[in-house]
Amino acid sequence: MADFKSNVRSHTVGTTAVVYASDYLNKLTGERIERECKKQLDSGARALVIDFSDTELVNSIGISILLGIIDIAEKSGALVVFSDVNNETVQLFEMLGLTRHVVLAKDEEEALTTLSSSSKAMGH
Amino acid sequence: MESNTQKLIHSFGALADLGQEVADTGDFMEMVRTSLHLLLGTLAIRRGAIIECPTHHLPEDKSTNLLAVWGVGDDYQPQFDVEDADREVFLNAPDGALDILGLVQSPTSNLQHEVSTGSGSDRVEETSRTTPESSPIFFHRYATDLQQQGIELIVPMVVRGELTGLVLLGGKASGDAFTADDLEVIKSMVRHIGVGIHTHRLLGEVKQQVVENRRLYEDLRAIYRDTVRAFAAAIDIKDKYTQGHSERVGKYSEIIARELGFGEEEIEGMAIAGYLHDVGKLVVERDIINAPYRIDAKQSSELNRHPVAGFEILSPIHHPYADIPLMAKYHHERMDGRGYPDGLTDEQIPLGAKIVTLADSFDAMTTNRPYKTRRTFDEVIIDLRLNTGSQFDPVVVVAFCRALMKELNGEIKERRFAKMLGKNYLEASKDIPLLTQLLAELDPNTKTVAAGG
Repeated sequence: MADFKSNVRSHTVGTTAVVYASDYLNKLTGERIERECKKQLDSGARALVIDFSDTELVNSIGISILLGIIDIAEKSGALVVFSDVNNETVQLFEMLGLTRHVVLAKDEEEALTTLSSSSKAMGH
Repeated sequence: MESNTQKLIHSFGALADLGQEVADTGDFMEMVRTSLHLLLGTLAIRRGAIIECPTHHLPEDKSTNLLAVWGVGDDYQPQFDVEDADREVFLNAPDGALDILGLVQSPTSNLQHEVSTGSGSDRVEETSRTTPESSPIFFHRYATDLQQQGIELIVPMVVRGELTGLVLLGGKASGDAFTADDLEVIKSMVRHIGVGIHTHRLLGEVKQQVVENRRLYEDLRAIYRDTVRAFAAAIDIKDKYTQGHSERVGKYSEIIARELGFGEEEIEGMAIAGYLHDVGKLVVERDIINAPYRIDAKQSSELNRHPVAGFEILSPIHHPYADIPLMAKYHHERMDGRGYPDGLTDEQIPLGAKIVTLADSFDAMTTNRPYKTRRTFDEVIIDLRLNTGSQFDPVVVVAFCRALMKELNGEIKERRFAKMLGKNYLEASKDIPLLTQLLAELDPNTKTVAAGG
């Protein structure tokens, strides 16, 4: 079910939470996404898909906040997948090493499939 | 796009954002938190903290103050004691940063390796100074703890030769060691943040100084007021028949000034002028002041010296209020020019002096003197009616009567006049009509004031 309470779109598929990043990932929107991810993890999500289909630009603050989300997810034992990231942002994530900690997926569907396979592989 | 170019663009963007953040003096803590995000996000550093060091002028205060933290455990609140020896180490940090890993594990850390390969042997020599032996206190105390929290680098914030704070940084998300270029970016951003913190600190000090100065000024004014009151008491003691006169004149003057819409400072000034108006009597012989009969012309002339004497006494003093000496000098001037010492008329007489004149006369009329008992309120009203325009300024008389009316009709609860005149002197039912009539004669607009009661 979609959740608009924190102005961040999100929904869950099984134990995976899909959170939609906004058009410009800066402090304000980044912190909202971080809160949403925390909330989903606290509610028992075992994986996070952060969908960047609407995201044009990620600045340094956005990177820092995404690293924070990765950190929290790792501590919770949850997987993180970034989906539908534009080429420029992919390059940025690769350059900065974020891709060492997350899986990139073409779109949300692929992200959910990836998570489903890895979950099966891990015997969850 | 080439990786290096993209990295540069990303770093420049972050620097530009940081410049804006630091310049924003709105919410300091928010500025620091955002700055930390910008710094961490520029190089994708996973965790970090910004810590403020106490100023060096406060040697007893060694504890740091955590300003912002990101990516370390929620319960980790780094706080350190920075000793003088540590301060020296931080101020002289080679390449502007100290490598925790190198200090805890081995003399050749990742940072040292990267820096040495990138920039020559002189840097190797410099980094070799960051051994536990050269910084025994801080690093022996905290390095292991910092490493356990994933902190790898300490970057001192040095502004104008002072240690403003420390930036603690974890490793990069890429897992790579910091390069010399990374260090340059970090140092540049840390300098920006340091300036922001330093500026905030300076602003805080200035604000504190302003508060302190205001407090000192208030203290000085209080001392001044107390001194003036003591002085007024001393003046009145000389005249055994008019004890409390100066203080009452001060209070009447204050009431009139308030009624005339003066500002608080001016009102205070008027009270002071009232307290000091007779200071010149200190140079008049006590026998003349205390004569239990009407004094003769010669004695009167001697007594009439007191406004000028008062002016001379008060002039060398730097009063925090305007025209105090002039109000003492001219409080026996009259509108019609028949007063003394200069025979000034109407507009030549400062308004403050006119206020003191009425306050002085009213108190003289309403207190017992050696040669006459005080007048009844009816008689005072008659005197005011007779002398307004010739002796008293109508504007001042109207203000005085309005203030009195407000007390009589209950508009003002504080019994300011009753306290000075005695509770049986005024009688609302009898005096309100008298005042109403006088006010109507002097200023038709004041009818509504009387009717309000």
